[in-house]
Amino acid sequence: MKSLAELAAIKAKMQDKVAMREGSGNVRVVVGMATCGIAAGARPVLSAFVEAVSAAGLSEKVTVTQTGCIGICQYEPVVEIFEDGKEKVTYVKMDADKAKRVVEEHIKGGKIVTDYVIGNK
Amino acid sequence: MKELSLNILDITQNSITARAKNILISLVENDDGWLTLTITDDGCGMSEETLRTVMDPFYTTRTTRKVGMGIPLLKLACEQTGGALNIVSKDEKNYPDEHGTTVCATFDTKHIDMTPVGDMISTIEVLLQGHPEVDYLYVHKTPRFNVEMDTKELRAVLGDISLGEPEILQWVRGFLGEQYDLSE
Repeated sequence: MKSLAELAAIKAKMQDKVAMREGSGNVRVVVGMATCGIAAGARPVLSAFVEAVSAAGLSEKVTVTQTGCIGICQYEPVVEIFEDGKEKVTYVKMDADKAKRVVEEHIKGGKIVTDYVIGNK
Repeated sequence: MKELSLNILDITQNSITARAKNILISLVENDDGWLTLTITDDGCGMSEETLRTVMDPFYTTRTTRKVGMGIPLLKLACEQTGGALNIVSKDEKNYPDEHGTTVCATFDTKHIDMTPVGDMISTIEVLLQGHPEVDYLYVHKTPRFNVEMDTKELRAVLGDISLGEPEILQWVRGFLGEQYDLSE
C-alpha cells in the first residue's frame, strides 16, 4: 500500500535534484489544454511528454507546461516547443506516440520532426 | 467528450482561471446508480448576470474566439441521461468572505447514453502537473469503492517540493490506482 511515509522517502531523495533543476531549463514544451485541446486528446499527449521527459533524464533542461486555447482548434492537440535562441516549433494533431517521438528526436536529438509540424500536413 | 473525466478536467480549469486556491472534485454514486458530480472552488465567482449566460455556448471567457463549449458539453452529458446541471456562484465583489462557484451535475449511470467516467487518475495528474500550487480534495465514492485524496496532506509531507514533480505525480498515480484496484 502506498503510504505518506513512502512519499516522505521520495521527497528526501529528490531534495538535491530539485534544487539543481531550478532556473536551468532552456526548453519549454507547451500543451494546449482548453476545451478544444482536451476534446481532441491533449490529456494523453501531456502525460506522454511528462513521462518521456522524465524517463529521458531531461527534467533539468525541459519544462512541460499547459496553456489555454492557442487559437487553431481544428489542429488540436497542439504542442509548441520554445528553445532559447531558436524559433518556436508548432506541432499539430499530436498523440502520445508522436509526443514520445518528439522528445526522442527533437528535444533529445535536436532534429525537428517535420512530419508533425504545422503546414506540413 | 469521450469520458466524463475529460469534462471534469475542462471544468476544473475554469476554477483555476478564477484563481481558486482550493478545489473539491467529488463523484458520488448511490445505490440506485445515480452519480452526482460536484466541483466546488473558492475562486472569484460570477455575478448573477454572468451566471445567467454561462450555459450559452456563445458565452466564453476565452479571448481567441467567441465560442465556449465547456459548460454546454457538461450540460449535454448529464441531460442526455435524464440528469441536470446546476451552477451556484458568489462573486468576490458582493461576497468578499465566501466567494466561489459550485458546479453540480447529476447522471443516471444506467442510462444508455451515460458517458463513462473514464480515467480520473490522468485528470488528477494533469491538474497537479499544471497547477501544483492549488489544493485539491478528490473524492470518488460508489457502493463498490471509496477513493480519496487530499493534496493538503501530501503538501504537509512534501514541504517545498512541488506536487507537479514527475516523481510525485508517479506516486499519486500509484496511490490513486491502488485505491481503485483494492476496492474493485
